[in-house]
Amino acid sequence: MEFTLKTFIFYGFAFLTIASALVVVTVRNIVHAAFSLMVTLFGVAGLYVFLQADFLAATQVIVYVGGILVLILFGVMMTSGRLEMRIHIERGQLLLGGLVAVALLMLLLTVIANTPAWKNLTDDGTKLPPTTERIGELILNGPFLLPFEVVSVLLLVALIGAAMISRKEIRD
Amino acid sequence: MTLQHYLVISAILFTLGIFAVLTRRNAISILMGIELILNSCNLNFAAFSRFMTPPEDISGQVIAIFGIVLAAAEAAVFLAIILAIYREFGSIRPNDVDTLKG
Repeated sequence: MEFTLKTFIFYGFAFLTIASALVVVTVRNIVHAAFSLMVTLFGVAGLYVFLQADFLAATQVIVYVGGILVLILFGVMMTSGRLEMRIHIERGQLLLGGLVAVALLMLLLTVIANTPAWKNLTDDGTKLPPTTERIGELILNGPFLLPFEVVSVLLLVALIGAAMISRKEIRD
Repeated sequence: MTLQHYLVISAILFTLGIFAVLTRRNAISILMGIELILNSCNLNFAAFSRFMTPPEDISGQVIAIFGIVLAAAEAAVFLAIILAIYREFGSIRPNDVDTLKG
């Protein structure tokens, strides 16, 4: 594979994603972890752009960075009182969790390296047409119509449920 | 870029998410780990959709969008439960919430 600007940017995004995810799981200050998670989510959005999934990348930025991350920061603020919260980690748990994680990573990498059907599938660099129109067609006039409706009901249920659970209980 | 590049990135993200869920002792940090896991899943869907199917078939991307929607619903309910737990127990460490423990 020749080393062009495109591959350079790809490896940049990959490194950014993994390094910031590493910060998310290791840093002790939860606010720093939340902001590092933002970098991870942006990195994944960049990888979506490389996969020519433009609508997916935009959705990732809008929903994750604009919605879920703000929700997480609100959660941090409302449950800590002050804007800083240290995360306590037990030593034995760290060791055991690390062991499980490394074993899992080894398993996954072995599977990825040894599955014949996944080998030699390169991105030939052909430009695909934008996906937004086709996604709209699939969701509203295609095989994903029923899942789309179900998921909209699910969102409504989650909205009502979240408001119901988190409201202050009035005791008499 | 090959399919395996994306799969390796996704595998690392998944492992880091599992590590966060296993070791963190703070419910919000666990939520961040779950978000990492969901992101790795969506990345896998998009990558397989790009490489394993003909270019005009983008069902994998649609599934990834459904995944994002589910993650949003999950985060909202998760944080609502965390708020209720904080109000009840004064803490969001999972170890402190042990009323049902025998």
